[in-house]
Amino acid sequence: MSVVPVTISHTVELEIDGENVRVREGATILDACRAQGRDQPTLCYGDTLTPINACRVCVVEVEGSRVLVPSCARKAEDGMVVRTDTERVRHSRKMVLEFLGSSVDLTTAPNVDGWMEEYEAKPERYGPPAPPAPEGARDRAQAGHHHAGDGQTAATVAQPVKVDNESYIRDYAKCILCYKCVEGCGTDWQNTFAIAVAGRGFDARISTEYAAPLPDSACVYCGNCIAVCPTGALMFKSEHDMREDGTWDESEQTVTETICSYCGVGCSLELHVQDNSIVKVTSPLDHGITRGNLCVKGRFGYQYVQNRPDEE
Amino acid sequence: MFGAGGGTSSYREVEETDLIFLWGSNARETHPIFFHRVLKAVNNGARLFVVDPRRTGSAQWADTWLGLDVGSDVALSNAMARVIIHAGLHNREFIDRATTGFEEYAASVEPYTLERAAHDTGIPADAIRESALAYARADRAMICWTLGITEHHNAVDNVFALINLALLTGHVGRYGSGLNPLRGQNNVQGGGDMGAIPNKLPGFQDVESNHEARARFEAAWNTTIQPKYGWHLTQMFEAMERGELRSLYVVGENPAQSEADAAHTLHLLEGLDHLVVQDIFLTRTAELADVVLPASVSWCEAEGTVTNSERRVQCVRKALDPPGQARDDIEIVVEIARRMGYEWSYDGPEDVWTELRSLSPMHRGMTYPRLAELGGIQWPCWDEQHEGELFLHARLWDEPKASGEPAPFNVVVNVEPVDELSDEFPIRLTTGRRLDSYNTGVQSGGYSSPLRRGESLDLSPEDAASLAVAEGERVRVSSRRGSVEAPVRIDSSLRPGLAFMTLHFPDEVETNILTIDATDPKSGTAEFKASAIRVDKLDVPAAEQQTAAGANVAAR
Amino acid sequence: MDLRLTNQEPTEAERAAVDSVLGPPDSAWVGGERGDDGHAAHGGHAARAQRHLLLPVLHALQGRAGWISQAGLGYACRRLTVPPAEAYGVASFYALFALEPRAPVVAHVCTDIACMCSGSVELVAELERTIGPSGERPSNGSAIWLESPCLGLCEQAPAVLVTRAGETPGEHSISKATAVDVSAALAGTSEQRTETLAPQTEGGGDGLRLLHRVGTIDPGSLDSYRGAGGYEALRTAFDIGPAGVIREVTDSKLLGRGGAAFPTGRKWDAVGRNPSMPHYIVCNADESEPGTFKDRVVIESDPFALIEALTIAGFATAAEHGYVYLRGEYPLAWSRLEHAIEQCRSRGLLGDDVMGRGFRFDIELRKGAGAYICGEETALFNSIEGYRGEPRSKPPFPVDKGLFGKPTVVNNVESLLNVLGILHDGGAEFARIGTEQSTGTRLFCLAGCVQRPGLYEAPFGVTLREVLDMAGGVRDGNDLKAVLLGGAAGGFVGPDMLDLELSFEATRAAGTTLGSGVVLVFDQTVDLVPILLRIAAFFRDESCGQCVPCRVGTVRQQEALLRLAADRPRGSVADETALLAEIAQAMRDASICGLGQTAANAIDSAINSLRVFEPQGA
Repeated sequence: MSVVPVTISHTVELEIDGENVRVREGATILDACRAQGRDQPTLCYGDTLTPINACRVCVVEVEGSRVLVPSCARKAEDGMVVRTDTERVRHSRKMVLEFLGSSVDLTTAPNVDGWMEEYEAKPERYGPPAPPAPEGARDRAQAGHHHAGDGQTAATVAQPVKVDNESYIRDYAKCILCYKCVEGCGTDWQNTFAIAVAGRGFDARISTEYAAPLPDSACVYCGNCIAVCPTGALMFKSEHDMREDGTWDESEQTVTETICSYCGVGCSLELHVQDNSIVKVTSPLDHGITRGNLCVKGRFGYQYVQNRPDEE
Repeated sequence: MFGAGGGTSSYREVEETDLIFLWGSNARETHPIFFHRVLKAVNNGARLFVVDPRRTGSAQWADTWLGLDVGSDVALSNAMARVIIHAGLHNREFIDRATTGFEEYAASVEPYTLERAAHDTGIPADAIRESALAYARADRAMICWTLGITEHHNAVDNVFALINLALLTGHVGRYGSGLNPLRGQNNVQGGGDMGAIPNKLPGFQDVESNHEARARFEAAWNTTIQPKYGWHLTQMFEAMERGELRSLYVVGENPAQSEADAAHTLHLLEGLDHLVVQDIFLTRTAELADVVLPASVSWCEAEGTVTNSERRVQCVRKALDPPGQARDDIEIVVEIARRMGYEWSYDGPEDVWTELRSLSPMHRGMTYPRLAELGGIQWPCWDEQHEGELFLHARLWDEPKASGEPAPFNVVVNVEPVDELSDEFPIRLTTGRRLDSYNTGVQSGGYSSPLRRGESLDLSPEDAASLAVAEGERVRVSSRRGSVEAPVRIDSSLRPGLAFMTLHFPDEVETNILTIDATDPKSGTAEFKASAIRVDKLDVPAAEQQTAAGANVAAR
Repeated sequence: MDLRLTNQEPTEAERAAVDSVLGPPDSAWVGGERGDDGHAAHGGHAARAQRHLLLPVLHALQGRAGWISQAGLGYACRRLTVPPAEAYGVASFYALFALEPRAPVVAHVCTDIACMCSGSVELVAELERTIGPSGERPSNGSAIWLESPCLGLCEQAPAVLVTRAGETPGEHSISKATAVDVSAALAGTSEQRTETLAPQTEGGGDGLRLLHRVGTIDPGSLDSYRGAGGYEALRTAFDIGPAGVIREVTDSKLLGRGGAAFPTGRKWDAVGRNPSMPHYIVCNADESEPGTFKDRVVIESDPFALIEALTIAGFATAAEHGYVYLRGEYPLAWSRLEHAIEQCRSRGLLGDDVMGRGFRFDIELRKGAGAYICGEETALFNSIEGYRGEPRSKPPFPVDKGLFGKPTVVNNVESLLNVLGILHDGGAEFARIGTEQSTGTRLFCLAGCVQRPGLYEAPFGVTLREVLDMAGGVRDGNDLKAVLLGGAAGGFVGPDMLDLELSFEATRAAGTTLGSGVVLVFDQTVDLVPILLRIAAFFRDESCGQCVPCRVGTVRQQEALLRLAADRPRGSVADETALLAEIAQAMRDASICGLGQTAANAIDSAINSLRVFEPQGA
């Protein structure tokens, strides 16, 4: 007789901020915090992605560890003693937020303002921002060489928006280099590897090979990078254009879950509708089939339902 | 399979299997999100074998790509079976317990030596042998297929050939092992589930042999159901040809462009007494219609359910108001019934679904709230406590003997494609899809895709060289049925003698002028995958062609 | 993998460069001629498993053409089944690779802190005057010069590394370089010119445990090595068995010399016991810590010792594959080690049956390409595997999941070298040398303003003053201003610390570190502010960029220092030093790896111990 394999799950018990919490083995400290109702700030963490723990905004203190540990990636262990609100933790979070706030445009990153306030981050104390890099300059930076300036302005990643196709825009002035798009395009899901991190240090950037325009890259326009981008650096061109025109209004939008009309896989779509028009398509991260991912048809192929002749 | 028509396994199992055969499927482009599961498996260490005449995107991921000649699938699978049997790797215990017809099957594959298979398929013998052994030795193994198997005149034989391999090795009815047709179109599975096939009532209950079910439907619908199979699409066209079928009601199909041998199809449709088309577009078929009923878009302007390739029934919901006078499909049907004198009580799509649940035992546990709550449910779902079945046919592994009917081996023989290659038509044309487009393009044509290049005749570099044609040059492509003009694209994933086109841009290039309507007698599917063509240079001086191409670009 | 590659064809030279590493392509699907392979292809896992050859292939392309073109990289990608965007991400990670056309001859002129004390500032000024700005190709030449981080020739400063691309690419180092030397290099008329400076070994290395063969044997001759007792330790290892070796190493209390001071015996034991196979042993010879040159000296003068020690480590931990990851800036060490490995293979000391004792072991050499971070053990794994040299999160630790995800021992060159003596004398005997917690001897890299710079060996517990005295004290009888202990990631100490005992425990107690054994001496003529700016620039350049605290923190640290150096602070000097302290704390606490965690140490110590920015300081 054959059966569905069952994984026997063990649990571990740890202490977080003085309270005991029990979670399944393999859960992260972040999972444990959430189970306890103490959410931690996260930027590079994605529910559907391998934790890359690059942003370090979720760090916590673990007894016995010399340095702070990323709660999104570190597995909870039996007997672990975790503190999420110590002076050291608050300091590192504040600095991470300041470092990002002073070097990246976070205006379309949700939640960040609240955290800035909570951790008393003052990104402006690093001085006025340096002028934006000319188009392509950051793409050509050579590892191991940089122009230092005089320290009177704060270096940033500001640069012109890349608009090279009808589907997406890439506004790398808003990129915090969280790697989520790279993971989604890469081994975690799409395995297209159209983009990777290139360069090094402050000049590290998300790039196609030789910074080729997207249409010359391996990109298949699945939009799964956009789905995981936490700052709006990657955006559907439709949304970008509406924002530019001032017509983007999330309060006027409804979101309806349905099933894609193309192949027979049965992907869940969330249709974001404004004024009886679909303005964006996403997929729920917790949906068992897509886990947030779609293909180009599911993501963009809706247009035919609203290519309507002008009524009246 | 062995009864109900659906894939045996779940997507989730694909991630956890040890070996995957993608047979006649370019899932990388045609089922991209399913292919994510394949990639998870591959990244977990599973081996991937891809059987496809073209070295597709999927094939490029394979540990071994088996680039068979178009239509030689049975030769390949029978030869694999022979290798497995000769190596003693067939699952004797499973065969005894759960199958019938093994001895005949074993005898039938005996002539399919590796030498013969290498000759028939073109694949080197050692690659066939290694693949067969790998499949047989794997603890868990899946075979998944798409239209590369079914768009042949011997489609059902092709499917039997794959089922035979699974029965031979016991790779079915267990977690992580199975047989999975990937449905090419949204709700093809659901159409079958709901009885939109000539031989079944909803829930795969046979019209002719299942008297109990028929009686149940008759009672519920207060009508008599003839215990007689209807016509499938191809048979309908044959009936039109004979003049037996004079009126046609087409819902959400575009046969004028999607059927093989398009010129002939058009002629038959034009000859009907009465044609009704219910669609969201004024399709080429609708243009021929006496009455066009504008419908709402099922997945975003209406409510209902669909079924996907893993037998999961899912809800679609209304997000937009339909334009103009477009109406919900069910409402249209109800309204037509009313005009015909039947006052059906109808209180929305859930009403229809509840009736279905009362008549189809395999859907009984799927209430609307449960469908929403569980993110869809895989049939069969017998009652409201049942969460649906992850995989089918576990019964075949029951001790000491499989319960229910044993699964039969079906003897199949290799038959070449109907449209033979000849000196006059020396190139094998096969058709398929591209990632960003879909069927005849009526839906996918609506959005601007950065990937879209329009229709082309894809040729191997060798054929392009021997024909002295350049990338982008327009050529005449002819089959025994007609000819079209198309620009050439040189594709190094094709070998000499193999050409490729899609059906996505019928307004640019009507590929189905070329295809053959040789159909499988059992499934009614036409052999879109195998036409014999010739390619001729157009008698246009090169300079003029340049200009024409330039004008074409400028016009876009 | 469904790669999408451009239609650009590689040049014959690029193709040859890639094929020189990988051999000719075996099918059209990986870039060969189209033939009869239209009906089947093999690929998948086997094809993707070649990715670890990406770095050697990139070196081959760079070496052949002087830069890596898109077509050349595309061909490499097709051969190795690596997506071009990823390969580009890897290539652009390394400072020694150019992704835009570059002159075939490049003189990399060290401008790092040790060379700054010995004429690099003047040399650079001279080069700017006579040749032109860094990176600019003179109108008549096919060569450029570039500024470089530490080249590991600190005892012979200023240093220059010359790379020459072409059909027979080559590299060589020039020590005590002048502008004339650089001009000659750019004209293609220079050659290797370095010395081995280990002054204690002059007249024989008696009494030294690690350096005793330096200068006394021929580094190109296996017989010379064996004549000096070489391969006796491996014989002992075979006699006492893997458990015996691990017991001796554990008894010796040997602590890793790479910086983390982890007990070597415990590491070996953990890997030896790990049921997951295969095991790997990796020698980390990517010493790039500014001021460090000990691996270079050892490998250049005693390469067989490293091979023997690595073989013992492999035997003890049941590893059949060893890797030596050598930094890319050491051409002489590379060629000598390569030659030594060849000799060992041909004489049965590496291969399927080492010494006829039924043990299979071989070593692969890997060359870094200009990335300090690859000295971090997990970054080094990624680099070997053909990924960007970004550190991984720990746990899991290398003993569980290291190279290719398998249990791996990573040891520093100096740590491994100690094993030979441990097996010779026994672990207990070894443990009697040095201090209670820091056993054995230590290699010290003395450079900067010191009379006799070079590599020195002394037992742990020696004082800083004694070490300085060994090297003849401060240069020209000048007064000592400060010593940088442990390199850029270490810390400054002042003259008040001369009696500091040099051991792991004593330096830790004093709030500083031995790090990689750097003892970089600054006399009163040196202005420390430019030194600090160079350190800050170094970390900004060398941060991999993965985590925010290090990626942005190193920039903000540099900016604050620039403001202080220019005497244009935002607010007061104290505001700026407080800001630097805040930055330092976040980098130390929240960075992923040791680079970020230590990137503020030297600057922090200069501000807080030496009080560099206070009126009476510096």
